[in-house]
Amino acid sequence: MTFVDIPVEIRSKVTISVDGESVDVLEGDTILDACTKAGKITPTVCYGPTVTPVNACRVCVVELEGSRTLVPSCSRPAEEGMVVKTDTDRVTDNRKMVLEFLATSSDVSQSDDIQGWLGDYKADLDRYDPETTERMTDEVKIEDDLYIRAYDRCVLCYKCVEACGEDAQWTFAIAMSGRGFNNRISTEFDVTLPDSACVYCGNCVAVCPTNALQFKTEFDLRKMGDWRPEDQTVTRTVCSYCGVGCNLDLHVQDNQIVKVDSPMDHSITSGNLCVKGRFGYQYVQNRPS
Amino acid sequence: MPEIAVTDAVATEAERNAVADSIMLQDPGQISFEAAGPALTFDGDRVARSGSERIFNRRHLLLPVLHDVRDAIGWLSEGGMNEIATALQVPPAEVYGVASFYELFTFEAPSAPDAVHVCDDTACRIKGANELKGELSAEGHNVHGSPCLGLCEQAPAVFVQRTGEAHVSVRSATKETVVAALGGAMTNPVAPVPQPTEDLTLLRRVHNAAAVDFDGYITTGGYGALAKAVSMTPAEVVSHVGDAGLTGRGGAAFPTGFKWSAVAAEPGPRHLVVNADESEPGTFKDRVIMEHDPYSLIEAMTIGGYAMGAEQGWIYIRGEYPEATRQLKSAIAEARSKGMLGDNVGGHNFRFDIELRLGAGAYICGEETALLNSIEGYRGEPRNKPPFPTTHGLFGQPTAINNVETMVNVNQIMMLGGEGYAAVGTEKSTGTKLFCLSGHVAHPGVYEVTYGATLREVIDLAGGPTGNLRSILMGGAAGSFIGTDMMDVPLTIEDSRASGFSLGSGVVMLLNDTVDFDDFVARIAQFFRDESCGQCVPCRVGTVRQGESLLRIREKGSPIETERKMLDDFAMVMKDSSICGLGHTASGAILSAIDLGLIGGHS
Repeated sequence: MTFVDIPVEIRSKVTISVDGESVDVLEGDTILDACTKAGKITPTVCYGPTVTPVNACRVCVVELEGSRTLVPSCSRPAEEGMVVKTDTDRVTDNRKMVLEFLATSSDVSQSDDIQGWLGDYKADLDRYDPETTERMTDEVKIEDDLYIRAYDRCVLCYKCVEACGEDAQWTFAIAMSGRGFNNRISTEFDVTLPDSACVYCGNCVAVCPTNALQFKTEFDLRKMGDWRPEDQTVTRTVCSYCGVGCNLDLHVQDNQIVKVDSPMDHSITSGNLCVKGRFGYQYVQNRPS
Repeated sequence: MPEIAVTDAVATEAERNAVADSIMLQDPGQISFEAAGPALTFDGDRVARSGSERIFNRRHLLLPVLHDVRDAIGWLSEGGMNEIATALQVPPAEVYGVASFYELFTFEAPSAPDAVHVCDDTACRIKGANELKGELSAEGHNVHGSPCLGLCEQAPAVFVQRTGEAHVSVRSATKETVVAALGGAMTNPVAPVPQPTEDLTLLRRVHNAAAVDFDGYITTGGYGALAKAVSMTPAEVVSHVGDAGLTGRGGAAFPTGFKWSAVAAEPGPRHLVVNADESEPGTFKDRVIMEHDPYSLIEAMTIGGYAMGAEQGWIYIRGEYPEATRQLKSAIAEARSKGMLGDNVGGHNFRFDIELRLGAGAYICGEETALLNSIEGYRGEPRNKPPFPTTHGLFGQPTAINNVETMVNVNQIMMLGGEGYAAVGTEKSTGTKLFCLSGHVAHPGVYEVTYGATLREVIDLAGGPTGNLRSILMGGAAGSFIGTDMMDVPLTIEDSRASGFSLGSGVVMLLNDTVDFDDFVARIAQFFRDESCGQCVPCRVGTVRQGESLLRIREKGSPIETERKMLDDFAMVMKDSSICGLGHTASGAILSAIDLGLIGGHS
């Protein structure tokens, strides 16, 4: 990502009010940071610690004094003296509607976060007549053995586009295409992944909030009804392919690696890997049976 | 930039030539500004994306090149887009992402080289557009339904998008005139301004056919306003615009003087962008100015450039305005050759030039930050604000964005002086205002009135309604329906607001009791659904859900009370949580139609 880091020690303090409580954050921090510091739980979908928020999902909206509309807390920098409210009916109602919109247009069943918020905000999905309520009904794209794309689960949060582009990989193999409800994340001319510019780093998979992008191993296991996160162990290790030394988190079920990711808070890799680190683990389990 | 990896598809020779010719013609030498480095400097991983972090390169040529290839070949092939990607060093996924955003680009070889876009939107819909569309389709033409084409006073309207030939619009279209246009017949626009010249100020040249030429413009007082402007300092010009109380005529009514002084106070380079993406259904005033008095816009922009110290002007005109585009193109070239644009405008020691950019069928590009993204070669998705364009605009640089009608008022301000201008109209709504009258009215057209005239007076000017007037759509699809009880409301910003409606872009569409309001309102819902950029969830999904709600009322007999509760919820989240004005206004007309009992009458 292109940005200039200002050392913490020269960032000035900014004080804002969150639900009547005074909160100190640093210049450049967002309203979301202040809310988090004040102990507020804010739902977010398109926000991620390692990608530039496109502030497209609008589920993190808050009331800001002086603003006609609600503002997205994830991408609005905190300014001295801001008065923010998160516990009003207006905020709750808007978040509830955004969640209803997400859940009635895409399959969000594999997002535990969204499932939780749907309950927290008392989303009423039953009032949407299934016959007349249009959803994303794309067939799953299985084009290789590494990861699948199930766009009926996509909420068009742009995170994968950001990860493929300026925020991490600089490959630009995918972009938003179409317009409006017909928007789809797409390769160039909608060609298959192997035909596209994709380099299979899987950094898009790592940031997807709804499993629309998913390891093929996880997809297959879920299909067989054998995906058991409660039986999985996560082992942190160091990738052995090159000298960079990226951390790997190996998700293991029944002594088989089923998924690989990398810690988002790592100061060097920010959760990103290359094709070898992310998908090149078969040799580890190439044991005589 | 990353290495550009393209697919195996190869461009044809014709496509390669089209790309090469296009890039050569763009003449980037005209554009004087420097690469803009990152302007937002603190903790960038938490700052919303804006134009500021984008390095200026050839990317901004993407839309013009896409246009040129489509116009030469008739469509955009994979090979053609690969050629564009390589030539401009833009990743092919992004070329496709941008191209597929626009309605005027297609990705399969068409059944016929020329596309026929038949407006089936509001004003044309009640003047036989669907029947015309049926007739043309039955003859096997390559027909597309279109949102408003901005020819509402000459409904039904058709835009003929030709291949290898100049595009043309067909006004008061019949099957025969459309077929003639496909054969090369051109339109000679007639000024649809029924008022006599002596009643007009902004529009005083529209009846004078000679004024579209440079010499004719000069003999009718052209460039007198610029002469006044350069006799003052730039700061004085800006303060006259502020004193005049001029407000934006595009719909938002923002004070122009604030915008100009904000931009002038920022460090350069600065830009002046004119928003000529006139796409609000029912709006056609800017088209009339550009078709009949193009130099007035160029002169006003030159004054703006001088006042704000902006050396580069841009006009972003919608792609469906071929006649206005031709007028502006030739006027800009002529002004340049007469030394009225360029390095030393009129010998007054300042530089100002204008770049004309064409939209490609996207209402959302009339939203100012979407427009900026479109010029920069990105998808026309609105940016999150703040930062505002006055500080972070085109290529991240300070930018003033004004509507065409707003801009030409600047000439008037120079002639009258700020205070003289402010004396016209009411205290809060100064100057004259253009209204676009269409629908069931005796003489549809653009009318210029001094702010303060009542709705009745404006409608009377146009000869009154035809038939039994039922409702008036004010402000277009983004506005609202009002009842006939509003006839005596003065059409000012403050009085309309107090009466619960907005003047918006000046649409006054009269609808009598022959209108099928269920169908008409459903078309408005369809419009927002089609035109939402889809970036934010409230608008992408909300515009779909409200259309479904109307469908249930209309076709499934769903009780209006149940649907009204849903529609209110949709409206709330679109108004409160959408990124831009499209979502904020997408529910107004629909809710007002229910309030007035225009739809859902069966319950």
